[in-house]
Amino acid sequence: MAQQELDHLSGQTTTGHEWDGLKELNTPLPKWWLYVFYACIVWSIGYYFVYPSWPLISGYTSGIVGAQMRSGALADYDNGVKARLANAAGLAEAPLEKIKSTPAYLEFAMANGKAAFGDNCAPCHGSGATGGPGFPNLQDDDWLWGGKLADIYQTLRFGIRSGHKDARDSQMPAFGKDAVLKKEEIAQVADFVVSLSDPAAKGAGVDAGKKLFADNCAACHGDDGKGNQEFGAPNLTDKIWLYGAGKDKIIAQVTEPKHGVMPAWEGRLDPITIKSLAVYVHSLGGGK
Amino acid sequence: MSLMEKHAIFEKNSIVLLLGIVIMIAIGGLVEVVPLFYLKSTIEKVEGMRPYTPLELAGRNIYIREGCYNCHSQMIRPMRDEIERYGHFSLAAESMYDHPFQWGSKRNGPDLARVGNKYSDKWHVEHMINPRAVVPDSIMPGYPFLAKTELDTRHLADVVKTNALVGVPYTEDQIANVAVDVAAQKNPDDKNVDAFLKRYPKSVARDFSGQPGKLTELDAVVAYLQVLGTLVDFSLYDDKANLR
Ligand code: HEC
Ligand code: HEC
Ligand code: HEC
Repeated sequence: MAQQELDHLSGQTTTGHEWDGLKELNTPLPKWWLYVFYACIVWSIGYYFVYPSWPLISGYTSGIVGAQMRSGALADYDNGVKARLANAAGLAEAPLEKIKSTPAYLEFAMANGKAAFGDNCAPCHGSGATGGPGFPNLQDDDWLWGGKLADIYQTLRFGIRSGHKDARDSQMPAFGKDAVLKKEEIAQVADFVVSLSDPAAKGAGVDAGKKLFADNCAACHGDDGKGNQEFGAPNLTDKIWLYGAGKDKIIAQVTEPKHGVMPAWEGRLDPITIKSLAVYVHSLGGGK
Repeated sequence: MSLMEKHAIFEKNSIVLLLGIVIMIAIGGLVEVVPLFYLKSTIEKVEGMRPYTPLELAGRNIYIREGCYNCHSQMIRPMRDEIERYGHFSLAAESMYDHPFQWGSKRNGPDLARVGNKYSDKWHVEHMINPRAVVPDSIMPGYPFLAKTELDTRHLADVVKTNALVGVPYTEDQIANVAVDVAAQKNPDDKNVDAFLKRYPKSVARDFSGQPGKLTELDAVVAYLQVLGTLVDFSLYDDKANLR
């Protein structure tokens, strides 16, 4: 080793590097820092053995504890579901009516349903489930496809016009676009439909519209216009409108109908959550 | 000469130091990256993945152009709360035809890896034009111009070819029929729909934007959003076989 020069003021050796007459001190690393550094090296070697680390030819070293993000997450998920079900064991197999009538089940279903509703349903039905144009209000007792627990459950599982093979489906004919009815006739039948929910409104076409309605519309919307849940045909006698109130909106619907689409949830949400949602929606106020 | 002093050669020659750095980083890279190319477990074997249809691919390019990835991830991490909210964690196979992948790193909005079939086309159309129309307190910007801008399909065949070049298994048949397939996917009454569905199984032909006869950028974006996360059938997928 070459002779090292000593700096007399600090008592340290110098590196021998000199810039403009200033010499660099060869100060050693602080001891604590050095030991932490060595400890890290030891730790990393331990890590190789304990956790998955080195890639091999056809796999990798999986480590002593066999840590696995994927199986870990799946187990976490299962345990989470189990823990939440602790007070409601058997809910998965219980019929919907029983869930509704058993306080422990009901409490679980309401909490679970509320959370799932926020994540999955609120973007369409609104965070308060009050709906919007084209998206029905689920708080009221006016149902397109039925408000019994079993009806709601079926709607949720397979959806409406969702493309699922068991989906609820129906098409209102395009009376205007396909020239089934003439423009004047559509105006007349619209006058009649307005009068169903507002008897005071006496549009010019009410009488002619009544016959047109019986011939063209009653098959789905019923003789009295009260709708038919088998086809999801809305009740036209209440003041609740999916696509807005007023003669113009009715003319638009009869000319070229809109058809609501609701996704199917089976396969996307787990069966317990779908049951919970059915009970939750049923309990919002309008359940039959 | 001690080892310490040999080290001086790195400190005194910047080129040697540079070479040393390059070698060190290359080792890290080789050990971490190279095995991903030959290990079979990197990309799980799944049923159902297919390359994007040309219309979906156009939508993907618009997604990238508009910077949607700045607010949305497409990567459901293997964690309990993510599985509960978004569904099964993402598989590597699900983004194997993405060049570049859209995993993202920031979530101002929700993860979109499984948004396909979660909403109706109509909802997406309303939401893209004005998010506040359906989600009153949304902070997502509206993209109303997408509905008005006709989709520029001039370069789409080249985009498909480029993807094929980097390894997406587009067939000759698919590459030759890009324009035909775009038109067919937008219009369910098109005479080429059956051929299109045969070329791209598990796809749907419909009027995504609800503007008959008018092919807009919105059609492409909605078609893209509606396919996300829908190709792998998880009722058939064996989790145990692919744990790693
Ligand atoms: C993409 C938007 C959308 C989403 C998301 C959505 N729905 Fe719907 N839902 C609709 C539409 C549209 C209808 C009405 C369909 C029609 O016009 O027949 C509907 C109808 C319903 C009905 C039947 C109402 C009746 O009067 O018979 C129920 C119940 C329902 N939804 C519950 C839910 C629940 C619970 C969720 C969440 C899991 C949900 N919906 C998510 C759009 C949606
Ligand atoms: C094949 C069955 C069918 C026939 C026939 C039919 N409708 Fe409908 N109608 C429906 C369905 C289903 C809906 C609901 C669409 C939806 O949920 O999106 C509907 C919705 C409506 C609405 C909108 C209601 C609202 O709440 O906004 C009006 C108005 C209406 N129909 C009027 C008529 C008139 C008038 C006729 C006859 C000229 C007629 N319908 C014939 C099935 C039918
Ligand atoms: C400034 C951040 C931001 C940008 C940029 C953005 N989004 Fe969003 N996005 C959000 C937020 C926040 C939400 C949640 C509220 C809502 O539904 O509007 C959201 C929701 C969504 C949803 C519904 C997801 C779900 O599961 O409910 C979709 C789909 C979506 N965005 C698509 C897009 C597309 C496509 C683009 C690019 C054209 C885009 N977003 C750009 C912030 C953003």
